[in-house]
Amino acid sequence: MRILLSNSSKEPFYNQIYEQIKSFILSDELKDGENLPSMRKLAHDLGVSVITVKRAYDELEKESFIYSIVGKGSFVSENNIALIKEKKMQAVEEQLQAVVSNSKEIGISLEELQEMLKIFYRE
Amino acid sequence: MDKVIEFENISKEYSGFSIKNIDLNINKGYITGFVGANGSGKSTTIKMIMNLVKPDSGEVNIFEMNHNNDEKDIKQKIGFVYDDNIYYEGLNLRDLHKIVAPAYKNWDKKAFQHYIETFDLPLNQPIKYFSKGMRMKASLVLALSHNPELLIMDEPTAGLDPVFRKELLNILQEIMMNENKTIFFSTHITSDLEKIADYIVFIKDGEIIFNHSINSLQNEFALVKGDRSLIDRDTEDEFDYINYKGEYFEAMTQNPKVIYEVFGDEVSIDNISLEEIMYFLNGAD
Repeated sequence: MRILLSNSSKEPFYNQIYEQIKSFILSDELKDGENLPSMRKLAHDLGVSVITVKRAYDELEKESFIYSIVGKGSFVSENNIALIKEKKMQAVEEQLQAVVSNSKEIGISLEELQEMLKIFYRE
Repeated sequence: MDKVIEFENISKEYSGFSIKNIDLNINKGYITGFVGANGSGKSTTIKMIMNLVKPDSGEVNIFEMNHNNDEKDIKQKIGFVYDDNIYYEGLNLRDLHKIVAPAYKNWDKKAFQHYIETFDLPLNQPIKYFSKGMRMKASLVLALSHNPELLIMDEPTAGLDPVFRKELLNILQEIMMNENKTIFFSTHITSDLEKIADYIVFIKDGEIIFNHSINSLQNEFALVKGDRSLIDRDTEDEFDYINYKGEYFEAMTQNPKVIYEVFGDEVSIDNISLEEIMYFLNGAD
């Protein structure tokens, strides 16, 4: 991760840091769960105040790009793909249950239902 | 947030100058820059922190201790750098080390050696042959070698060249890698502060005008420029200070959003430097 700050930019330092780290995360240059440099180390390396880096990290955390563990530092959020998958799975199950109970009410057999599902799935 | 320095309702009268009911909090773990014009009360304030001047009224607490009861304990935790050299000019650093070291319980010989090497200072040369930058470094070595939790400096960058100032800022940032350290220093060179300071305290005529984080300064203050004809009795109130130059005006606002709502694109709203903020707050002419 290499952050370059411009003195001539209109954007304040914290915003430049925020934008650059965000793009590292989105481009996967910073991997899920990866440890970010400590705020004090980054402030030192970039030659900016601690509070400026803190502001950038706070913004990133507010938008769930990173999370912090007291005493351990800040990490790139594990892209919640697992969580999203789980939630979708749950929704699919609920919808299927509704389909089954509706089908049973009007006497659609399992074979007929499977046939219908195959047709929809191919579409 | 932990406070390292707390001033509560501090007043001090001199003939022709006074500190008026100052409240001041300095946060632990951060660099706070102290700015103000000459004679605004910076040095008096710093001397009160060091108990070199006693306030007429109010309370000064350092590390939640009070100079009346715990002066020795407080001083053990502070490293202090003056603008002038206070040491005997004829002595060299080896002698000064012998004199200063016993005063501190936590004196760290290794740290002393480390700083002497990093700053490339001669141990055997009398201070009087040192350049201004070397003297500054010597004061820093003696102030830092007992690993103080609080570093206080009065105009450390005055009269120093940009190369050395840069070096000093680097040293300060290295100290700040440790979150238990706090730095408080006065300076006229605001560009130094804009980079590394977390908080800025501004004093004017013995009163604290603001104590802001550098981020809120950047967000809340703006420089507005535009055509003079835009300013009338009503719109004038939206600005803190207005300068007129020919057909144009230049003003500071602490409410850039409102200015944008009122004037839209008819004016330019720009970032303002700390130097310009000070200029306006000191009563621009």
